[in-house]
Amino acid sequence: MLIINNLKASIEGKSILKGISLEVKPGEIHAIMGPNGSGKSTLAAVLAGREFVEVTEGTITYLGKNLLDMSPEDRAKEGIFLGFQYPIEIPGVSMVNFMKTAINEHRKHNGLEPLSASDFLKLMRDKKELVEIDSKLANRSVNEGFSGGEKKKNEIFQMAMLEPKLAILDETDSGLDIDALRIVANGVNKLKHPDNSFIVITHYQRLLDYIIPDVVHVLYDGRIVKTAGKELALELEEKGYDWIKKEIENNVTA
Amino acid sequence: MIVKSEITEKYLELYKDNINKISGISSPFFNSFRAAAFDKFNELGIPTKKNEAYKYTNLNIFFDHDYENYFMPVPADFIKAEEFRCEVTDLDAYGIVLLNGFYPTLKEKLRQLPSGVWIGSLNEGAIQFADKFEKHFGKYAKSETDGLVHLNTSMASDGLFIFIPEGVNMTRPVQVVNLVQADNDTFNQPRNLIIAEKNSKFSIIICDHTLAPQKFLTNAVTEVFVGENAHFDIIRVQNEHNNACKITNTFIHQEKNSVTSSNNITLHGGLIRNNTYHYLGGEGAESYSYGLFLADKWQHIDNFVNVDHAFPHCTSNQLFKGVLDDMSTGAFNGRILVRPDAQGTFAYQKNNNILLTDDAKMDTKPQLEIFADDVKCSHGATIGQLDDDALFYLQSRGINKREARLMLMFGFAHEVIQNIKIEALRERMDNLVMQRLKGELSRCASCLVKCM
Repeated sequence: MLIINNLKASIEGKSILKGISLEVKPGEIHAIMGPNGSGKSTLAAVLAGREFVEVTEGTITYLGKNLLDMSPEDRAKEGIFLGFQYPIEIPGVSMVNFMKTAINEHRKHNGLEPLSASDFLKLMRDKKELVEIDSKLANRSVNEGFSGGEKKKNEIFQMAMLEPKLAILDETDSGLDIDALRIVANGVNKLKHPDNSFIVITHYQRLLDYIIPDVVHVLYDGRIVKTAGKELALELEEKGYDWIKKEIENNVTA
Repeated sequence: MIVKSEITEKYLELYKDNINKISGISSPFFNSFRAAAFDKFNELGIPTKKNEAYKYTNLNIFFDHDYENYFMPVPADFIKAEEFRCEVTDLDAYGIVLLNGFYPTLKEKLRQLPSGVWIGSLNEGAIQFADKFEKHFGKYAKSETDGLVHLNTSMASDGLFIFIPEGVNMTRPVQVVNLVQADNDTFNQPRNLIIAEKNSKFSIIICDHTLAPQKFLTNAVTEVFVGENAHFDIIRVQNEHNNACKITNTFIHQEKNSVTSSNNITLHGGLIRNNTYHYLGGEGAESYSYGLFLADKWQHIDNFVNVDHAFPHCTSNQLFKGVLDDMSTGAFNGRILVRPDAQGTFAYQKNNNILLTDDAKMDTKPQLEIFADDVKCSHGATIGQLDDDALFYLQSRGINKREARLMLMFGFAHEVIQNIKIEALRERMDNLVMQRLKGELSRCASCLVKCM
């Protein structure tokens, strides 16, 4: 589904990603972990198409196409979804209008007629139930005045509405209490099926108690320094990131 | 020593040549103000950029022009205006059509609506309600710095008179469609008086539409008295062509526990200057002043707001927003004056502007003068671009950049629109703003008036 090959990227001339290679197959959940400043969010930004990140080398192939040639909106319509670490508040734009516009852009892209008002409202209702989002939130402006937890739940709600093929969740667990964390994780688990994939970026192992990854990568200083199964997350939780740092330093000196 | 500009001289000449004619059609009480107003205008003149309050607005191009009409329309013009009727089916409102700001005085010069509200020409109001007229006329439109108010008082001949008697609660708003139309370049100076007596409730929507490509200059003065415990809302929708200049001077005087809102929505207009004066003249009064403008090409939109807290425990709130495209320019000047006795005042002000191009320009100036100590005041002003993060957020959900920009601009504007209390009008304004942002003609679908 997604093949990243030797990706290098910089922000304002500062090199952040220093050669990342990664393959995500349909139905897989990949966790990307790593200490602060390792480049996790930059990787998410590159995948979603943020302009402030400059890709200097490498390729990203998504469903056989060159992802780097695509605009952010085309990536979304082709099935990529980014769950934001810090969802943006947009006063004056209602959630209903926002989602209706987005859904109909997706439908247009797939050669479908726009949803009727009643079908759209039904879809909203169903998805709200699925992700256990408070129905009042959907009547407000996008993220305006939402608590941290509500914003993250709203990301999962949008993901449920748009049914992406590849969802990248950027630290969706940060700032969540245990109940919100459970709701977010349940949302992901309910939306998971054999044809779609997830990249879950997280600092802590906690989220991975609820979302079981197939592969865990550790990102450090712009490189993937370790890749293993779900047991790696537990090991990191126990030992912290220092042993990995040490391992790398030892390798360099040896 | 006062050096009068040639432009000011021109209007002094105009006054001298026509004062007898103007006085002949106006009420004696109105006429009793003219000499003093003329002297004051003589002293202050037409505002120039040297006047602090007009620092960002150059009126010369419109005042330094020879207009062919200066006074009220003749009956033949009113016949033409009668042909227009605005069908506002979804907006449950009483419709009134004005021509260049004047009430058509062909048939009834003053009429009473079923709810008990009186609407008609100012001169007729001065006759039929002489006691009310004399109690309020000329009491609120005062300025020590702005000659235009005095120019209006010295030379205006007529305008709109609305009287809402004590306790009358008018649930349907009155919609006034003001057609700006003439065969020649025209300078209009309507003079309006609205008296909302105590415990009354009233809302008015004024839509300004230019119907002819001629050059128009309007200098309107509106005095509003809002009695104790009365509720009054005024919404202006300005939709004029690029060769029109509109100056509105609205003086709202509030008594104890009254609540007012003013909403100036400028969709289009060559040069617009809205002077809105709120006087909180009794304890517990509340005043809300809103404004939104969308400017492009060479347009210039300037909102000047003056909120005067003269009594304790009053609340005021100002929210003004502007979206500027091309090489358009705008200005906002919001003054809050809290007088020494006005303890327990709440006064807020917010002005946000979006510049869509490098050539657009906005000047904003908060001006807080606080002489009481138990006061809560805040103000904030921003001038910026569309938020890149918000734009990306929308794009990341599959919304194309053009549509995402529209949504953000609309959302920005909607924060002002959402304060309109009448739901049907709120929806209509949302639609007009959306059309305007898309670059389409902003025209009410159900309105038969084919605006420029």
